[in-house]
Amino acid sequence: MATLVEVRNVSRVYTRGRQKIEVLHSINLEIAQGDFLALMGPSGSGKTTLLNLIGGLDTPTTGTIAVAGQRIDNLGQSALSRWRASHVGFVFQFYNLMPTLSAQRNVELPLLLTKLSAAQRRQNAAVALRLVNLGDRAGHKPGELSGGQQQRVAIARAIVSDPTLLVCDEPTGDLDRQSAEEVLGLLQVLNREHGKTIIVVTHDPKAADFARQTLRLDKGTLVGAGQA
Amino acid sequence: MKYLHLIWASLFRRKLRTILTLVSIAAAFLLFGLLDAVRVSFDQAGRSAAGAQRLQTGARLSFIDTLPSSLGAQIAAVPGVKEVAFANWFGGAYQDPHNQIFTFAVSPNYIDLYPEMELTADQRQKFDSDLNAIVAGSALVKRFGWKIGDRIPLQSQIFPDRQGSKNWHFNLAGILKARDKKTGGFYDGMVLLHWKNFDETTPYNQGSVGWYVTRVADASQADRVARAIDALSANSAHETRTQTEQAATASWMKQLVDIGLIVGSIMGAVFFTLLLLTGNTMMQSVRERTAELAVLRTIGFPPGAVLGIVLAESLLLLVLGGIVGLGLVSILVPVIVKGSGGMLNLPTVGASSWAMGLGLMLLIGLAVGALPAWRAVRLKIVDALAAH
Repeated sequence: MATLVEVRNVSRVYTRGRQKIEVLHSINLEIAQGDFLALMGPSGSGKTTLLNLIGGLDTPTTGTIAVAGQRIDNLGQSALSRWRASHVGFVFQFYNLMPTLSAQRNVELPLLLTKLSAAQRRQNAAVALRLVNLGDRAGHKPGELSGGQQQRVAIARAIVSDPTLLVCDEPTGDLDRQSAEEVLGLLQVLNREHGKTIIVVTHDPKAADFARQTLRLDKGTLVGAGQA
Repeated sequence: MKYLHLIWASLFRRKLRTILTLVSIAAAFLLFGLLDAVRVSFDQAGRSAAGAQRLQTGARLSFIDTLPSSLGAQIAAVPGVKEVAFANWFGGAYQDPHNQIFTFAVSPNYIDLYPEMELTADQRQKFDSDLNAIVAGSALVKRFGWKIGDRIPLQSQIFPDRQGSKNWHFNLAGILKARDKKTGGFYDGMVLLHWKNFDETTPYNQGSVGWYVTRVADASQADRVARAIDALSANSAHETRTQTEQAATASWMKQLVDIGLIVGSIMGAVFFTLLLLTGNTMMQSVRERTAELAVLRTIGFPPGAVLGIVLAESLLLLVLGGIVGLGLVSILVPVIVKGSGGMLNLPTVGASSWAMGLGLMLLIGLAVGALPAWRAVRLKIVDALAAH
């Protein structure tokens, strides 16, 4: 399979006061198109930092990152925003839905950045909600949905603009076992049936069972890999 | 426009807080509308169709200085002058010093120079034939329940009679009515007495005149006539200033009080408070939504769009509150004018007031939204998400 994500000699150093903290050390990583990768490791190992770098939320201190052949480490804020809007879908541990908007309106949010008409936006959002089995809850606000349902709305929002890459930061971290398995199953379907490339950061060994490949990080360094 | 539902939802995220802020903004713009109406009302005082044909001559230095009565005949002889009347300030209060009434001691022909005032022929005849008579505006008559033939006690603020008492008694001979109720509220609220009675009764006047009112034959010659009248007393002890009634009223008011400065000062204080209050609300609102704004940035909203959303939210807040406030003024002004029986002649909110109000809404909205919007733009997505 073709390489989708290419990380070369990436380091990330944060400055806290006078102290410099190197969170990632010379990471080299390739992720193939259509892969489902689980990034595991203890807290503070740099998983989320690496995910943020690949998702274009942060830029590396040194090294290069390319996604689908395009360098993203040297893009400015506005260009990076545009790139994220068209290439990446994000799923967070705490869902991060807009509490005042309905599920439908939440899913439509990324489409506001496109040239689609209001009717097309509504239609695409409805399709995404049906895909996560929440077609009948479109009018509900996040507060009226369970945690698992909210996370499925967040997944619908992540996939509605048909991104190349899905990045998920602890997507099951706030869910009970049953809801967690539903969400992971859903991600697996998106990977296997819809060809989405997915990177999941997780502490949960069961979550890793759903991935095709697992990578471990420890103290900012990749320490091991495994095939599912 | 496609972000409108997002802006609206953010605005009403905390309904009670937003409603209370909207009430504050509406109250501020209600005050603005009412004070602006007062300012416009003062600005328009004396402006009437006939006003252009009337000139007012007063002492050059101060409106409290008087002029000699002999000047009247000289003014009447100026080419272009059709008729001359004169008046003095009396300053009456009815029963209670708080019931101040615009009361003027006037020459016999004074009413003839004001076609805006209506007085029936028989009432005019009664007024002319009784030196101790007064005519009163219809709003006053209604307010105090006066009837023609009543003996009305008025207390002068300044002038005593020859016995030293400031309590004067007059016979109500007629009721003055403004022909145009919309602009003539002033006439409905004033009292006229005979200058001769005033001059003979108080030892303070001694034949002097407060101001002259001149009707010019040709309005286009008013400037020339005004200069000619002022030339009569140039370099004398009683130099005059002749101007249109509008200018005279404005000048008179300015000697009493600078309405524009007062209105401006009050509005400055009100809007400064509003700026702090709304600014605080917006800052709080944006702070509470740090994670939501970070999510918007994460899914690809560029910094400019987030800036626009927060600014639009602030503008929407101000415009909604401001329109409610100015809308209330439009409803309240006619009620106040009606309730005052014509004593207060406030104009309705005109296009210029709306334009100024909308300008203020936009200006304050931008000022209030600028800092929170800038903070939203400067937001570090990773830090904001990690803090959530």
